[in-house]
Amino acid sequence: MTSRQGSPRVIASNRRSLFVDVLRKPMGAVSIAYLLVVITMSLMAPVLATHNPLTQNLDSVRLTPSAEYWLGTDALGRDIYSRLLYGGQESLLGVAQALIVALVLAVPIGIAAGYFGGWFDWLVMRSIDISLAIPGIIVTLAVLAIFQNSMFAAMVVYGVLVSASAARVIRSVVLGVREELYMDSARTTGLANAQILVRHVLPRTLGVIIVQAAMLGAIALGVQTGLAFLGFGPQPPAPTWGGMVGEASSMLQYFSWMIVPTSGIIVLTTLAFGLLGDAVRDANAERIERPVRGARRSAIRPAADAMTTAADDVPDETVLPADETALLSVRDLTVAFGAGENEVVVLDRVGFDIRKGETVGLVGESGSGKTVTAMAVLGLLAEGGRVVSGQIWFDGVDISGYTRRQYRALRGTKMAMISQEPMVALDPTFRIGFQIAEVVRAQHKVSWRAARRRALELLEAVRLPNPQEVAKLYPHQVSGGMAQRIAIAIALAGRPQLLVADEPTTALDVTVQAEILDLLRALQNRLGMAILFVTHDWGVVADICDHAVVMYAGQVVERTTVERAFGDPLHPYSQALQRSNPHDAPKGIALPTIGGMVPPAGRWPIGCHFAPRCALATEACRDGRIPLVSVQEDHAARCIRIDAARVAREEALEVAR
Amino acid sequence: MIPMLVRRLVLVIPMIIVVSVIMFVLASLVPGDQARAILGETATPESIAALREQLGLNLPWYQQYLNWALSAVRGDLGASIYSGEPVVSILAGRFPVTASLALLSTLVIAAAGISLGLLSALRGGAVGRVLDAVSLFGLAVPSFAIAILLVSLFAVTVRIFPATGYTPIENGVGPWVWALVLPVIALSLGGTTLVAKQMRDSAKEALNKDFVRFLRANGVGETSILVRHVLKNAAIPSITILGIGAVAALTGTVFIENVFVLPGLGSLATQVTLNHDLPVLLGIGVLFTLIAVVISLVVDVLYGVLNPKVRTA
Repeated sequence: MTSRQGSPRVIASNRRSLFVDVLRKPMGAVSIAYLLVVITMSLMAPVLATHNPLTQNLDSVRLTPSAEYWLGTDALGRDIYSRLLYGGQESLLGVAQALIVALVLAVPIGIAAGYFGGWFDWLVMRSIDISLAIPGIIVTLAVLAIFQNSMFAAMVVYGVLVSASAARVIRSVVLGVREELYMDSARTTGLANAQILVRHVLPRTLGVIIVQAAMLGAIALGVQTGLAFLGFGPQPPAPTWGGMVGEASSMLQYFSWMIVPTSGIIVLTTLAFGLLGDAVRDANAERIERPVRGARRSAIRPAADAMTTAADDVPDETVLPADETALLSVRDLTVAFGAGENEVVVLDRVGFDIRKGETVGLVGESGSGKTVTAMAVLGLLAEGGRVVSGQIWFDGVDISGYTRRQYRALRGTKMAMISQEPMVALDPTFRIGFQIAEVVRAQHKVSWRAARRRALELLEAVRLPNPQEVAKLYPHQVSGGMAQRIAIAIALAGRPQLLVADEPTTALDVTVQAEILDLLRALQNRLGMAILFVTHDWGVVADICDHAVVMYAGQVVERTTVERAFGDPLHPYSQALQRSNPHDAPKGIALPTIGGMVPPAGRWPIGCHFAPRCALATEACRDGRIPLVSVQEDHAARCIRIDAARVAREEALEVAR
Repeated sequence: MIPMLVRRLVLVIPMIIVVSVIMFVLASLVPGDQARAILGETATPESIAALREQLGLNLPWYQQYLNWALSAVRGDLGASIYSGEPVVSILAGRFPVTASLALLSTLVIAAAGISLGLLSALRGGAVGRVLDAVSLFGLAVPSFAIAILLVSLFAVTVRIFPATGYTPIENGVGPWVWALVLPVIALSLGGTTLVAKQMRDSAKEALNKDFVRFLRANGVGETSILVRHVLKNAAIPSITILGIGAVAALTGTVFIENVFVLPGLGSLATQVTLNHDLPVLLGIGVLFTLIAVVISLVVDVLYGVLNPKVRTA
């Protein structure tokens, strides 16, 4: 399984500058280079222009590019290249004006609102709400009408108007920064607010500010050239980008070339602003998520290669033929995620049986592969996962190669599932009654009316009082225990022979847990279904299961009856798990824990997967694949030190007495 | 649901007041210039003074605003300086064109944005990359530039659509739609890509939700999961973006109606700006604000309809 433990790490100190990170992105480098070239060329227009931008030459009108006129000429024979250079001054200046005004307003307001919160934040947010409703372009037009067609006034006012949305974005980022841990410590060490803002908040907000600036740049250029296109701002013959597009579009019918360079420069420049924004955003996101370097990667690489050889064709001596009396017979099930180089085996030849009406507990820590096993049985492996080898016999048929469609026919009617978090197992946007009826209809061709009637029966069957009322509620209006009852009702809709219960009580209160287990037991007695109970809780295993299958790092390490699992656990891992179970631990003594962690898939050791954490491990344990040894009927363990483990357990029990 | 709507409706009134005051202050506080702007640089001081008197420009700004607001409440937004025609009747004459554009664009944004976003969430890969490329273009490139590119491609190079002009819906739905195809594309491209991106992200998120796995595990078919559960859950955040797209389409008419020579409020806005016809411009501003507020109200209602947590809270 993937190892997505830990939240994104935040690095307060920036060892490499954001600028370098952006430059390393091809799009970032290209857009920065392009913008620099355009800005420089516009600034140096007097030097770079090949012609006077205003000089008309009526002998050479509407020309396509040539050595004399690099980008051709317009209707009055003026050089388009030179006019674009001079026009750029006007457009880029307008963008700069709007940008500066917008940032000067948005940055302090956004940061202050996010950092100080309270009434100030409330006031700022309400003002922003209102200013976002103002039709900015109409106000800008009003400014043009009043201020004698002044593009400067228009861009300044436009900058004021767009600052609201930027301030809102900056505020929300600062709000997040404020919540972070290092901020708290910075506050307690007695830094003044101003220092915190400059040292901690501003650096973390800088990336977002630049992204906003790039986006505003693109928008402002659009508005500036758009207004010029509509005839505002400097009047002809002065060259402006927008005005030149206007000229070009008016003679589109008979001289279509001119639209190419004139609109092209606007399109490319806005794209450059947009791409720059994207590049900064990506670089910024990576900086926030980048973990401390070199901490994880290099770990135990060779083990992965060893794994693939170990899993190869050596037959596991304990693979039994499918049990014909079993409802579910999993044999030699190997599951992998990814492909080629990145393929990671997550289940290594898992095998167990469930008979009709029986409850089997699949026990293990997180990362043991128990949930993957359950999902493989249901044909619901997460994206990228597949059954590499082995069989899943269900009711006498191997379903491991079933297509989606075949599986669909099976799920709901033959096998069903309830899951760990009942609150999120239900769609929050539909009423409970509807969701149950929908599942009923997925399995039987009945009318909605009949399905709803059946939904009420099901709610009654899971002992919910007032089914009529419950059916009308939404998931967020019921408690976790109720939600799990509802999920059970949904799972029972198709009268399944096998119920896969993936840690169904883990998220619930202890008293509710007991109720749900009672309910499951009662339903099982009435309906005769088998249950595959995925859990890490030995108490639950003792309470409801007939058999226990203990899993560790993708393998079944022990399987037996519940009586023997508690009376005579053979695998050191099973023993350790039970010792660390809080339910029946002696009071006053620190709960023993198992040192270390389950190795993630892909880094399993050669030999016994548990060896690194096992007190009894010897050289032989680390040497090669450990077989699952059948000790007696109904009891097998994957351990070559069973005798030593037995002795160790006896001694430990002696000490405890 | 009802209390929420009432709360929102109550907020609309101060919103309109604040917006109109801002517009009014902007339009009226500029010293002296309005009358001079109307009469031009060559006007005599006497004629300017007379016009100022006539327009009430000598009154303090709040009194001017009060006069304006009192008649605005009665449905009188003043008269055009240029033609003397009542602002309300000018706006009414132009409204259908802009309403057609904005409404059609919003429909296109909703339909295309939602289906593209869903498609890209499901297929990822190629569709996702194409969407990324197109969305960058649609978002970054100003709508008037897109409009001109569309005209040069589909009205000049290949003559499929009319380059300019408007056909009222009374002359038939077909011609009405035909004349609006290119302007609507230009207006809806940006919003479509915004909605599609949001839809893709939220649909991907919804597909990874536990309830999707739960529904699958208990036999519900992919089609139901997609069109019922994923669509509804993903639509909730997308609705807000759709509202932004609708407002952008509305204000975009200022540029687009000029490119396609459509007689709507947008082209009127530029025309009255050139004429310094401030009462009409103020009227357009108030009307656009009103429409934007209505759009945000509709968004809130849809949000509540889709999200029971809001409705039942």
